[in-house]
Amino acid sequence: MKRRNIIQALIIAALAVFGAGSGAYAADTIKVGILHSLSGTMAISETALKETALMTIADINAKGGVMGKMLEPVVVDPASNWPLFAEKARQLLTQDKVAVVFGCWTSVSRKSVLPVFSELNGLLFYPVQYEGEELEKNVFYTGAAPNQQAIPAVEYLMSKDGGGAKRFFLLGTDYVYPRTTNKILRAFLKSKGVAEKDIEEMYTPFGHSDYQTIVANIKKFAAGGKTAVISTINGDSNVPFYKELGNAGLKATDVPVVAFSVGEEELRGVDTKPLLGHLAAWNYFMTLKNGENDKFIKMYKDWAKKSKLPNADKAVTNDPMEATYIGIHMWKQAVEKAKSTDVNKVIAAMGGQSFKAPSGMTVKMDEKNHHLHKPVFIGEVRADGQFNVVWKTPGPIKAAPWSPYIEGNDKKKDEPDVK
Amino acid sequence: MIRHVFILFWLAVAVSPVHAALNAAVVQQLAAPDTDQKISAIQQLALSAEPEAMRLLQALADDSLLLAGDKLVRIDGQRAFDAATSVEISPVPVNTESLVVNNRARGELATALAVLKLFGPNRDERLAAAKALEDNVDPIFIPVLERALAQEQDAEVKKMVAQAHALMALKSPDPAQRLAAVKTLGESGNPNLKIQFVALTSPANEADEQVRMAAQISLRALETRLAWGENISRIFSGLSLGSVLLLAALGLAITYGVMGIINMAHGELLMVGAYATYSVQNVFRNHFPDALDWYVLAAIPVAFFSAALVGVIMERTVIRWLYGRPLETLLATWGLSLILIQAARVIFGPQNMEVANPSWMSGGVELISNVVLPWNRLIIIGFALFVLGLMWVLLNRTRLGLFVRAVTQNRAMAGCVGVPTGRIDTLAFALGAGIAGLGGVALSQIANVGPDMGQGYIVDSFMVVVLGGVGQLAGAVWAALGLGVVTKFIEGWAGAVIAKIVVLVFIIIIIQKRPQGLFALKGRSVD
Repeated sequence: MKRRNIIQALIIAALAVFGAGSGAYAADTIKVGILHSLSGTMAISETALKETALMTIADINAKGGVMGKMLEPVVVDPASNWPLFAEKARQLLTQDKVAVVFGCWTSVSRKSVLPVFSELNGLLFYPVQYEGEELEKNVFYTGAAPNQQAIPAVEYLMSKDGGGAKRFFLLGTDYVYPRTTNKILRAFLKSKGVAEKDIEEMYTPFGHSDYQTIVANIKKFAAGGKTAVISTINGDSNVPFYKELGNAGLKATDVPVVAFSVGEEELRGVDTKPLLGHLAAWNYFMTLKNGENDKFIKMYKDWAKKSKLPNADKAVTNDPMEATYIGIHMWKQAVEKAKSTDVNKVIAAMGGQSFKAPSGMTVKMDEKNHHLHKPVFIGEVRADGQFNVVWKTPGPIKAAPWSPYIEGNDKKKDEPDVK
Repeated sequence: MIRHVFILFWLAVAVSPVHAALNAAVVQQLAAPDTDQKISAIQQLALSAEPEAMRLLQALADDSLLLAGDKLVRIDGQRAFDAATSVEISPVPVNTESLVVNNRARGELATALAVLKLFGPNRDERLAAAKALEDNVDPIFIPVLERALAQEQDAEVKKMVAQAHALMALKSPDPAQRLAAVKTLGESGNPNLKIQFVALTSPANEADEQVRMAAQISLRALETRLAWGENISRIFSGLSLGSVLLLAALGLAITYGVMGIINMAHGELLMVGAYATYSVQNVFRNHFPDALDWYVLAAIPVAFFSAALVGVIMERTVIRWLYGRPLETLLATWGLSLILIQAARVIFGPQNMEVANPSWMSGGVELISNVVLPWNRLIIIGFALFVLGLMWVLLNRTRLGLFVRAVTQNRAMAGCVGVPTGRIDTLAFALGAGIAGLGGVALSQIANVGPDMGQGYIVDSFMVVVLGGVGQLAGAVWAALGLGVVTKFIEGWAGAVIAKIVVLVFIIIIIQKRPQGLFALKGRSVD
């Protein structure tokens, strides 16, 4: 017992010395926190976001920093452990005294850090598409709300070009994001006149790896009319699901599967030949052709090579990476407008900021609701693991974090409560 | 691969003059941004029935029809041809863009190609084409199908074509034709016909009494067939899940079941096997691309020995100091599992790795019309039997097996009669680890390969070994297959989440009634 106390004391002393040292150095830099899991189950997705954030910060520093000060990234690893997210967030805000934090992926990690950010009045940029139903003063959401991803995708499936689907199989991992999204989609489908018997909803546990029964069920369901599968399967389960689908002979031309959590990065682990034609809906695809995107891809590829990431020659960019990139740049613009890194001043300056994004359109932070106005793209999987964009919105769409398809949301305000 | 062979074959037999020009306007329409226009161009080309049109459509399907500026170019290997005139273009254009073909257009393209292939010289190819037409054919192709029907010699192909034709004849105004069509379709087991039959049984949709009766009979036949198919596929998927569980648990049946080591790093040994498969695949891809299809066979010994090597290192450095202290072993091996996961993450990166099924393990064999048994699952069932046989022979028919059994039954006595117990422990642990590596090869073919993959299997593996009875191979086999089939049947009516819960409750009850597991060793060896 005694020895452990001594060790603890030593660690605290070491931290204090280190902290004091970096504190002195911090006078002419602005500290920026990066809160992404670098180990554990979410490392597969979140590591790329950490790299994107570091790349963007290095790029901003190379161009003179923010208000003449260099940005100093502070990277912590919450290890895919939700309570640890809250602890690390507290550490970033109180010990490191960062001006802003870029981080989180899953909704549950975001929910676990929210109390910390509102208690300490911190600032979080959240870069991933999510289920909505949330609007916090201390958070800016640079990913998509349901009306910027799920609903346009379903509308496309119902259209002639999308195959004119009449029946819908909602398949997801059993947790908050798929359940809420499917609740919204079910209400939306009903409003479009789809009957109850033509909607099937099914969930699998996290890490489920045997999709034989599910695929057999999809086949059976599809015998009743033109069917589309809407997949909110998250993480590692996607690979066994798509493999089973391919081997069971369900082709995208018969039963298209549209996924909301599968992007370029996830498809790197999959043999994409059997997936040809399955769909994904995002606000950005690597295959988009425009100057901003070429620049962004080149920047990331060079960064991957320079920092010797594994498989750097095959590095890909995806939607949450773009959202991280946009978030950091918008924060920089807001700081420069506010002429301060003070959280309240930056929040006030964020509304109405716009940025020429790699998606090829100029995205804008809404004046009130802390979400971005973003374009929506629908892509079909190609044999090389990239996406062919087959449909897109004419321009950016305003986010509706409170979905009108959930009861009681019509009374909610489209801006955060000010405490 | 097969498709490319087909194309080559077709190119060889297509004896058309090189300059049989197609309608240039129609060809250009293939590049139209509007899907309707694109589809109409595809259909017009198919109706022309020119070998040139077929070559062009095949190129479109293979993504080798490219847009250079506003000119369509067909790429064939290293050469480029003008799409409409087939005149060779040199040099090959550089700045090309592939045409966007969405799902709807791709479906129509597949139909059009199948219609054209009905007139091919190869019987198997014609059969495959007729099968592809089973579900949807545009009425525009009716005359073509009639021509194919008149000309076809092979009985099986003819039957398939007749069915495709009957599907369209269902909408014919003549009741006699409709009746014939319903009867023809009644013989196919195609589950997609169910809605058609259901519609035809109601007087609102079908005026003719006789047709309604025939539809009723066809519907009943179809439903019986479908119910059969459903049960067969359920049992098959249960066996398949069971074989996967068995492969994952067999290694543990030695290390935990026989040696009594609670090895929490067992899942990571599976991961080592899977990464070994991935590495072998890459070696083949870079050095022996011709033999790429057979990388799995080469991966089997590599995975065995690399996992066994990791096992030896684990045993020599950590586990051997902890024999007889199960709790410490549990914690130490759990620590080892974290080290192995992070090592994989550092060496290979946190992303999942792509392990492609070789072509002989892709797709499936169609047993009856709605039951497809995927090749990779069939082969994995066979592989599980092979590994099981291998283990049985090793344990019961070799000197090493004899020693292992002797040491686990009575260590002190075995030592007294000269068995080198220390070395046997290492070898037995290495054997268990190597078998886990073999399990990893199988898992890499159906699940993802990533640093965390082992975590998902550790609980299932312990479940199998504990349920089957510690110290028994036969127990593990029965437990794995039983769990697989029971899980699949519950999943069928209650969903995957409930199935998992029910199976766990079920195991708790069994363990309470029979703490020694379903099959326990009798006699002194159980302490």
